[in-house]
Amino acid sequence: MKKLLPKTIFILLILAVWQFLFKLNIWPDFLFPSPGMVTSTLIEGFKDGTFTFAITASFKRLLIGYSLSLLFGLMLGVLIASFQLVEDTIGPFILALQSVPSVVWLPLALLWFSMGERAIIFVVVLGGTWNMVINASTGIKNVQPVLIKAAKTMGVNKIQLFWKVILPAAIPHLITGMRLSWAFSWRALMAGELIGSGDGLGQILMWGRDMGNMSLVITVILLIGSIGYLTDNFLFKKAEKVVLNRWGLNSK
Amino acid sequence: MNLLNIKDVNKNFKQENGRQLEVLRNINLKIKEKEFISFIGPSGCGKSTLLNILAGLIPVSSGQVMIKNKIIQNPGNDRVMVFQEAALFPWLTVIENVLFGLKIKKIDKKKAYQKALEQLKAVQLDDFKDSYPHQLSGGMKQRVAIARSLVLDPEILLMDEPFGALDEQSRLMLHRQLIKLWQKTEKTIVFVTHNIREAVKLSDRVIVFGSNPGRIIEEFRIDIPQPRDRENSALIRIENKILDLLEEEIESRGENTYEKIAT
Repeated sequence: MKKLLPKTIFILLILAVWQFLFKLNIWPDFLFPSPGMVTSTLIEGFKDGTFTFAITASFKRLLIGYSLSLLFGLMLGVLIASFQLVEDTIGPFILALQSVPSVVWLPLALLWFSMGERAIIFVVVLGGTWNMVINASTGIKNVQPVLIKAAKTMGVNKIQLFWKVILPAAIPHLITGMRLSWAFSWRALMAGELIGSGDGLGQILMWGRDMGNMSLVITVILLIGSIGYLTDNFLFKKAEKVVLNRWGLNSK
Repeated sequence: MNLLNIKDVNKNFKQENGRQLEVLRNINLKIKEKEFISFIGPSGCGKSTLLNILAGLIPVSSGQVMIKNKIIQNPGNDRVMVFQEAALFPWLTVIENVLFGLKIKKIDKKKAYQKALEQLKAVQLDDFKDSYPHQLSGGMKQRVAIARSLVLDPEILLMDEPFGALDEQSRLMLHRQLIKLWQKTEKTIVFVTHNIREAVKLSDRVIVFGSNPGRIIEEFRIDIPQPRDRENSALIRIENKILDLLEEEIESRGENTYEKIAT
């Protein structure tokens, strides 16, 4: 609770500077809205259901794309960790793909899948998969050999070894992978929605641009940032903390 | 009756530079049922490698290891290993760790739980059954590891420097508990250590290994009833003999191969 005071002061300070800049009248109102205008856009947007609808639509795509990334990421990660040949061939390729911003794929996606839903989901999958691959393979490769030995002397077969020992032992890395993957999927989704079509948050932002309504644009940016922050902070960081504690990996 | 028969075992490891490293040379050893036997020697003498071979975790290069006339090639239910690091599964509670092997053996749930609880009582950790490993001290973790192995009722307990990472007090307490468990369950125990006093105090027989290549240089039979008094003059004599032997090894093989001869 102690930390709340400096946080509040900081936010108030930002609002004050914003309001001050607005009062200077450098840009016209519709290009540089005041905090008050953005707040009312926010309230109205939720009141008439636009934002709720858009967020739901975005999340639907995100969840489909994200789930697919996790699935592909885990499978590829397991393959890379299990077979040297796969690591030598696909490994460097994954690292290269990871450095390609996923929105770059959009032109291709739009042509392949036409303007629809599937193009955006495709981009989301490409955004989320690679981090998951890397973290899953690292996690699996770094399982303490002594845990595997112990399990073997207790009579596990290969399948049991994977499901009962290797996979749970890799969970701390998997959680990190899931968290990064989520963040990248979220970015990819927004980029995809900006350029692609549909009815998500990204589209509303574009709509704001087309209508010259910067208040709407800023509101959507705030929403995108808040949703990213909230999921990361309250979902993934919490999960990560619980897991690290349980696995005895906390530095404390 | 001999339970384990180690015959002409050699073990080489391929090094990264492609050369063969001779880890064990010509090991011949018979281990009796219910015997408590220790392997002692400097690090790099192959004592842990031999234990891993007995566990079926690594193959021999030549020779064979037999358990009751059956050649050991894989891990088996008749042998369970306890490691220095305890190697508990951190995502499972204490009792779930003890249940792990029983579940693999597909033992009836209720019966398994009963067994696990009994075994935890035997190491006095039943109060901690729902704790997670990270909440336990090193000595407690090691007791869970022992319970997890004993619950499978193996004929042979293989212990790889199980108390090496513990403080002196926990170690002394675990010595006492281990001897009690051993007397009660009548298991055969193969115990690897670099601690001479520990080996002499616990074992019926101490096998002394030398290194470069790893080989057996001497064995000592210790016919003193348990529990043993560490002031016992016969024990101290044997302890000194082993120390002399290892010192001789240092002189003939160069000091740098020895880091870990502790008393």
